[in-house]
Amino acid sequence: MSAGEPGFGVYIHWPFCASKCPYCDFNSHVRLTPIDQARYARALVAELTHDAARTPGRTVSSIFFGGGTPSLMEPETVATVLDAIGGLWSVDRNVEVSLEANPSSVDAARFTGYRAAGVNRVSLGVQALNDRDLKRLGRLHDVAEALDAIRLARATFPRMSFDMIYARPDQTVADWRAELKTAVDLAADHLSVYQLTIEEETRFADLHRAGKLIVPDMDAAADLWDATHDVLDAAGLRAYEISNHAAPGAECRHNLVYWRYGEYVGVGAGAHGRLALAEGRRATADEKNPEAWLRAVESRGHARVADDLLTFEEQGDEYLLMGLRLDEGIDLDRWEVISGRVLDPARLADLVHHGMVEVVIDENGRRRVRATPGGFVVLDAVVADLAA
Amino acid sequence: MTTSLDHIRNFSIIAHIDHGKSTLADRLIQSTGGLESREMVEQVLDSMDIERERGITIKAQTVRLTYKAKDGETYILNLMDTPGHVDFAYEVSRSLAACEGSLLVVDASQGVEAQTLANVYQAIDNHHEIVPILNKVDLPAADVDRVKEQIEEVIGIDASNAVAISAKTGLGIPDVLEAIVTRLPPPKGDAAAPLKAMLVDSWYDAYLGVVVLVRVVDGIMKKGQKIRMMEAGATYEIERMGVFTPKMTELAELGPGDIGFINASIKEVADTRVGDTITDERKPCAQALPGFRPTQPVVFCGLFPVDAADFEDLRTAVGKLRLNDASFTYEMETSAALGFGFRCGFLGLLHLEIVQERLEREFNLDLIATSPSVVYKILLRDGSILEMHNPVDMPDVTKIEEIEEPWIRATIMTPDDYLGSVLKLCQDKRGTQVDLSYAGTRALVVYDLPLNEVVFDFYDRLKSVSKGYASFDYHITDYVASDLVRLQILVNSEPVDALSMLVHRTRAEARGRAICEKLKDVIPPHMFQIPIQAAIGGKIVARETIRALRKDVTAKCYGGDATRKRKLLDKQKAGKKRMRQFGKVEIPQDAFIQVLKVES
Repeated sequence: MSAGEPGFGVYIHWPFCASKCPYCDFNSHVRLTPIDQARYARALVAELTHDAARTPGRTVSSIFFGGGTPSLMEPETVATVLDAIGGLWSVDRNVEVSLEANPSSVDAARFTGYRAAGVNRVSLGVQALNDRDLKRLGRLHDVAEALDAIRLARATFPRMSFDMIYARPDQTVADWRAELKTAVDLAADHLSVYQLTIEEETRFADLHRAGKLIVPDMDAAADLWDATHDVLDAAGLRAYEISNHAAPGAECRHNLVYWRYGEYVGVGAGAHGRLALAEGRRATADEKNPEAWLRAVESRGHARVADDLLTFEEQGDEYLLMGLRLDEGIDLDRWEVISGRVLDPARLADLVHHGMVEVVIDENGRRRVRATPGGFVVLDAVVADLAA
Repeated sequence: MTTSLDHIRNFSIIAHIDHGKSTLADRLIQSTGGLESREMVEQVLDSMDIERERGITIKAQTVRLTYKAKDGETYILNLMDTPGHVDFAYEVSRSLAACEGSLLVVDASQGVEAQTLANVYQAIDNHHEIVPILNKVDLPAADVDRVKEQIEEVIGIDASNAVAISAKTGLGIPDVLEAIVTRLPPPKGDAAAPLKAMLVDSWYDAYLGVVVLVRVVDGIMKKGQKIRMMEAGATYEIERMGVFTPKMTELAELGPGDIGFINASIKEVADTRVGDTITDERKPCAQALPGFRPTQPVVFCGLFPVDAADFEDLRTAVGKLRLNDASFTYEMETSAALGFGFRCGFLGLLHLEIVQERLEREFNLDLIATSPSVVYKILLRDGSILEMHNPVDMPDVTKIEEIEEPWIRATIMTPDDYLGSVLKLCQDKRGTQVDLSYAGTRALVVYDLPLNEVVFDFYDRLKSVSKGYASFDYHITDYVASDLVRLQILVNSEPVDALSMLVHRTRAEARGRAICEKLKDVIPPHMFQIPIQAAIGGKIVARETIRALRKDVTAKCYGGDATRKRKLLDKQKAGKKRMRQFGKVEIPQDAFIQVLKVES
């Protein structure tokens, strides 16, 4: 993949889930009473309208429904939002419209409706291909349902991907290799493979603290990482990002907007956006509580709790954090413009010396800094070093 | 209007840490109406955050209570709260000198402790009347009779009239107030005589400037009066004066027996000498008070800013802190690894920790403290003597005739269950037993020990081997010749001067090993492997290796939430600022204090 333009993305957050997974610390909420989807759709459109007024002249290259569980949205809700986007901005002919979906049969029943609404890519939260681990991860589907959902998604949408989680309790390298090979056979041309991490304020964090949940240590996690890359490289699904693997050209364009530090609006409870405005780059964040979000939008037209002008240093840090996650790395010339400083040559030389990063000239003659395979696996330390 | 002498009582409270001194002081203030209950916070007199958090008293405080006694008369009770920790023994001595009596607070469930003993002997030396108070009598483990017996046996004072209280519940507090009035003597003094007052303490207040705490012996001190510090030879005019109730309350004059404060346009605390005699400039008294012996720092260490750019801020900060704490000394120091900083002198390890913490908190500095060192006397072959505060200054061994190190006499009290472990610890620290006696089930152990072993980790280990029950007090006795060597620590093959220390030859290898092991734990893994070595002269005596980082990457990126990742990065960056670059290795600043806590 060549280092292309970041593009302009629109992110829509659907903050509801049927149940809360014990590892998840995303902004998701379980509601026992039915959600008034028409009302939420109106609010999403109102907030999009608010953002569109601030970003005239943009062409939307990608749209992403994330959550929560967006596959709990009625297809009409999705259609309302997509129609609104089409009216507010011009939209690229090849726009990518992704939706995250749970592989349960109930959610899968809506796939045709989503396709009709304009969704052209789904990302399924499969997470595991054995029932014991699915249960442990708190997932509501089983393997059989996941297989059905994958088949149906591949038949319904032009593009699809699914998520897997590894470094689960008791997982061996051999188990994982076998499971991942099954995943590769089921996959189209994109897979997201995340290491299970224990996040604060989740049930797993409580269990972990109490010693009731043991996750692989650094060495075991590194072995699992190596196995992941072995299997997926062999299958032609290259890691174009830390946790994302795809055949050439099948990368998720919307996520590339983030990682290339492009411009995106984020609407919905807890959504984040980055707007490139005349006065500078702004970071927006929405109220996280869905009901409070709704009330705010209905009274003010938006539910922003943050709309901050980023400093040069903050922008530089964000571009480093996001950009180095990609195997294409960052455009060093652009980084210098964004951050208003140069990377400490001594630190950079040191990291090159230790084989963590390399400095290359790309086909457009731009200097790029990118992590080596050895640097990828310790990227947090590499970024901290470069940012310090 | 000053109060007549027989209606004044000046007293201090002597207690071991945790025996309830500050709580008792709180109760006395409360029950005499010094503060409304809504103004009460716990440990009223411990005004520094550090004091409240650690539950200790660092600076002596004073408070004037007004008490209507059972005899119908109203008395002024001046309470001097005093620190309990051995590092601050000098604060205790001046407080005691300003009073005529003491309340000896002993935890009825714990019994007498070593520091109590040291302080009570000081009180006896000051001719104090002493009222024993048994605190925490409401606890199931309280044994009033046994502790009374112990007070009589160990301290040698009559405990038959000891007041039984619970400062926590308020039980017995009225009896304490009555005992202060009926059993402690009033101060002596002559209001008509020329002014004679003792300078008890002084500190710098950001709003008022230098505040001086005084105890008037003879004469009257008045606002506007010209006063002379007899030893310092300086004269000032009193601008403002008063007492602490514990709120600062202005008064027009202070008479004999009174304890209060004055403000007099004094520029620096250094101009006020604790123990100095204050008199009237125009009508001076004939003879000054005896005064106190100045304190000497016994532990030294280097303090360096984590960020070299903060050196000027550190210079300002140590200067300001010194205004408040005359027992702390400093001079500029440069280190190959740490750059510019200060070599500072302290009264002990706790004092060191507290000064470091105050500098960091009150002046918002990030500091690195190097290994503490005692003052060594080095006899050189050319006949000269070098006082060495810093192992980095150690001359070439071929020039050294002999090295002398300071020894202390330590008094330790411990329940006899832990005696074996305590003796072993003293033995391990090169100690020599002087005395061992019993009072009931508690043993009183006296040991001579080299101070350099004590500053290292003695106090922590004493607490740990005795489950917190042993108590400890010491004073420096002598300098003794010793077979000391310089232990150097190499990180990634480069010597770190800030970690070098003088150690007894027989202990050097074990200490080197323990430090390497500790550093292995406190230095985070880097992207490459790091050898850690300990060396004596050119010889490596211990080695550990920190393995390279194998995996450190955030798996999931939260949609477009770059803010969250950036905030994590900010934390990492701040963490890195708290580390020092040694060659290619980043050493966290707390590594320098952690290596002092190794067990060897």
